[in-house]
Amino acid sequence: MSMSLNSWSDALAQWLPLGLPVGLVIIAALPLVFIALYALTYGVYGERKISAFMQDRLGPMEVGKWGLLQTIADILKLLQKEDIVNRDADKFLFVIGPGILFVGSFLAFAVLPFGPAFIGADLNVGVFYAIGIVALEVVGILAAGWGSNNKWALYGAIRSVAQIVSYEIPAAIAILCGAMMAGTLSMQQFNLLQQGENGFMSFFLFQNPIAWLPFLIYFIASLAETNRAPFDIPEAESELVAGYFTEYSGMKFAVIFLAEYGSMFMVSAIISVVFLGGWNSPLPNIGTVLLNDWTTGPVWGAFWIIMKGFFFIFIQMWLRWTLPRLRVDQLMYLCWKVLTPFAFIAFVLTAVWEIYMK
Amino acid sequence: MQELEQAVNRSVRVIPQGEGRVTIEKDLSSEEMILNMGPQHPSTHGVLRLECKTDGEVVTEAEPYLGYLHRCFEKHAEVVDYPGIVPFVDRMDYLAAMNSEFAYCIAVEKLLDVEIPRRVEFMRVIVSELNRIASHLVAIGTYAIDLGAFTPFLFCFRDREHIMSLLEWASGARMLYNYIWIGGASFDFPPGFKERTAEFVNYFRPKALELQRLLTENEIFVKRTKGIGMMPPDVAVNYGWSGPMLRGSGVEWDLRKHDPYSIYPELDFKVCVPDGKHSDIGDSLSRHLVRAYEMVESLSMIEQCLDKMPDANGFDPRSAIAKRIRPKAGEVYGRAENPRGELGFYIVSDGKSTKPVRCKARSSCFVNLSAMKELSMGQLIPDLVAIIGSIDIVLGEVDR
Repeated sequence: MSMSLNSWSDALAQWLPLGLPVGLVIIAALPLVFIALYALTYGVYGERKISAFMQDRLGPMEVGKWGLLQTIADILKLLQKEDIVNRDADKFLFVIGPGILFVGSFLAFAVLPFGPAFIGADLNVGVFYAIGIVALEVVGILAAGWGSNNKWALYGAIRSVAQIVSYEIPAAIAILCGAMMAGTLSMQQFNLLQQGENGFMSFFLFQNPIAWLPFLIYFIASLAETNRAPFDIPEAESELVAGYFTEYSGMKFAVIFLAEYGSMFMVSAIISVVFLGGWNSPLPNIGTVLLNDWTTGPVWGAFWIIMKGFFFIFIQMWLRWTLPRLRVDQLMYLCWKVLTPFAFIAFVLTAVWEIYMK
Repeated sequence: MQELEQAVNRSVRVIPQGEGRVTIEKDLSSEEMILNMGPQHPSTHGVLRLECKTDGEVVTEAEPYLGYLHRCFEKHAEVVDYPGIVPFVDRMDYLAAMNSEFAYCIAVEKLLDVEIPRRVEFMRVIVSELNRIASHLVAIGTYAIDLGAFTPFLFCFRDREHIMSLLEWASGARMLYNYIWIGGASFDFPPGFKERTAEFVNYFRPKALELQRLLTENEIFVKRTKGIGMMPPDVAVNYGWSGPMLRGSGVEWDLRKHDPYSIYPELDFKVCVPDGKHSDIGDSLSRHLVRAYEMVESLSMIEQCLDKMPDANGFDPRSAIAKRIRPKAGEVYGRAENPRGELGFYIVSDGKSTKPVRCKARSSCFVNLSAMKELSMGQLIPDLVAIIGSIDIVLGEVDR
C-alpha cells in the first residue's frame, strides 16, 4: 500500500490521453530513469574526483567547471568509437553479454522506493526480487567472458561468477535479518516501519543491538557482488588487463561500465532501505524544532535515499582506493569461512531478539 | 621423460588395496592451458613475456621470454667512444640512471690513471643515493598497484617528483641524466642545492613512514605477499642474485660494504636485512621490506655526505677529465650496487683506440629474473604478479 501525499500526483496519474498512462510515466518512470542516469554519470565523476583527492591530485578539471561534464564527454566519445567484435568471438554471446549485465543491474531500480508514493513497482517481495536480480548479472558476465574468445577474459569471468554466486549467500542472509526485523519483504514497508519522530534512532540499525552485524556483512558482501575493491579480482587491472571486459570497446564498454556503477548505487540503496531508513529523514524532532517533519515529503524522500546511496558509494570508493585486492582463494575463504558463519550467527541472534526481547 | 612422468602422475590415481594389490583409476584429465602474460601487460613492468602453463589458477611453469626491449647496447658500445657510452648506459636501467653511470665510470676508471676529486666523489654518491630512493619508490609504488592498492602508487610518484626536480636542477634532465662522466661529473651542484636536498630529506622521512603504514601494516597486503615466492639463501646465491633480492633472503651482501668503491667506506650505514618478524625471510614481503628500509638508509647516507662534502670554491667537476679517454690495454670488471642489484661492466680495451673493444653489461635484473621459472612453480596467477613485482625488473636492463 502506497501513501498518496499529493493531490497533483493523483491528478497526473489519472491523465490518460488516448488510453496511455502518460501521467504515470511522467511522475514515476521518467524520474526513475533520470535518477538512475544521474546516479551513474555523477557516480563516475565522483569516483574520479574522490580518488583524485585521495591521491593528492585534482582529477578532471577541464571539461566544464571542475570537470563536471567529464562523464558526458566520455560517453559521447565512447558512442562514436568503432565497435570492434573479434573475428573469432562468439558474436551472439559477445553482444548479448553487456546487455544482460546492464539489464540485471537496472531491473532492480524498479523496486527502489524513492519516496512514499514514488516506487516503480511496489512488489510485496521487493527485497527478494532485488537480491535475485543480481544473479542475472552472472549470466551476462559469463557470456561476456566466454564470448570474448580470450583466455584472460575467461579467467576473469570465471572468477567473477564464483565470487558473485558465493557472496550472494551471506548477503541474502544478512538481508533476511533485516526482513525479520521488519516482518515483511516489501521495500515500501521497510521504509514505513522505520518512520518515526526519532529520526535516525528509529532506523533498524539502531533498533537492535545486533543489527550492526548483518549491516556489516551485507556491506562487505555487496562490495563483492559489484566487483569492487578489495574484491575486484575479476577486473584486476594489473593481472587480467580488464578481466571479462577486456575485449570490449566503444559503447559496449560504456554499457558494462555504467552497469557497474548502477549496481553500486543499487546495493547502496538496498542497504540504506533495509538498515538506514530509506526515504526517511534521519533528523529527529527535538522538542518544538520539528526537524523530522520539515524534512519529510515526496521530494525530501527522494533526496534522503539518494544521499544515503551516495554516502555508501563514497565509502565503497574510499575502500577501493585504499586497500589492495584480495587473492581469489582468500576471497573465497573470507566468504565461506568468515562471512557465512557470522551471517548465520547474526540470523539466530536477530531471531532471538525479535521473538523474546521485543 | 620427466614431463611424461608428470603427465602420467596427474591423470592416473594409484590406490593401494593391501596385500600388494593396487587399483589404478583414471582421473578426470584437465588439460593444461598455456597462457601468455605479456608482452603487453600492465603488470609485467615492461615488455616481458611470461609463458605460463596453468592448471586452473595454479601455474605449473612460467617461462620468461625476453628480448622485446633489446636495443643492442653492447654493439653500440663498440662503435661509440668511452664518454659517449654514458648516455647509453643511462637508458639501460632508466629508473636508476645515476647508479648505472656510476658503475660504468668505476669500471672505466679502473683502466685509467685518474684521481677523482673528492668533491666529485661526494656528488656522485649523493645523486646515486637520491636515485636509489627514486628507484625504490617506483618499485614500491608499482608493486602496490599490481596488488590493487592504487593510492600508494601516486604517493610514491609525488615524492619521486621532488627527487626528479632536484636531479634536474643538478644535471639538466629528469630521468636520463648523463651526469656522472668518466673522471668527474658534468656540472657542479648549483648554489642552494645542498639546502634543498637537506629539506627533501627532512620532508621524506615521515613520508617513508607513511608508506610503511599504508602498505606493510596492511593486512591484505601482507596476506598477498607473505610466504609467496620463497627463495632459500643458498639457492639465491647459486642463481647469482644480488641487491635487495639477495638481502631479502637473509644474505648480508651489499657491494657498498663488502666491495666498497668511491667514498662509501667513510659513510656509516647498515646493510638492510629483514628481521623475520614481519615476514618470512626469503618471501616477497621481505624483498619489499628491504627496499623500504633501504630508502631510509639512503636518506641518512645523503645527510652524511652533505655534511662531509668539501665546499665548492669555484670547483670544476670536469677538471680531471682528459680530452680523450684512452684507457690502457687490458680487461677490467667494475661493479656497483644498483637499486636492483649488482650492475657490472666487463670492459676490454686495446689501449690504442678511444672506443672499447668490448663492453659487456652484467645486468642485475637479467640474473634476478632467471630464477623466475623456479619461483613460479605451483603458484597462483595473482601470486605470479606478486612475485614479479617483488623482483622489481626493468626490462631496459634485462634486454639491454
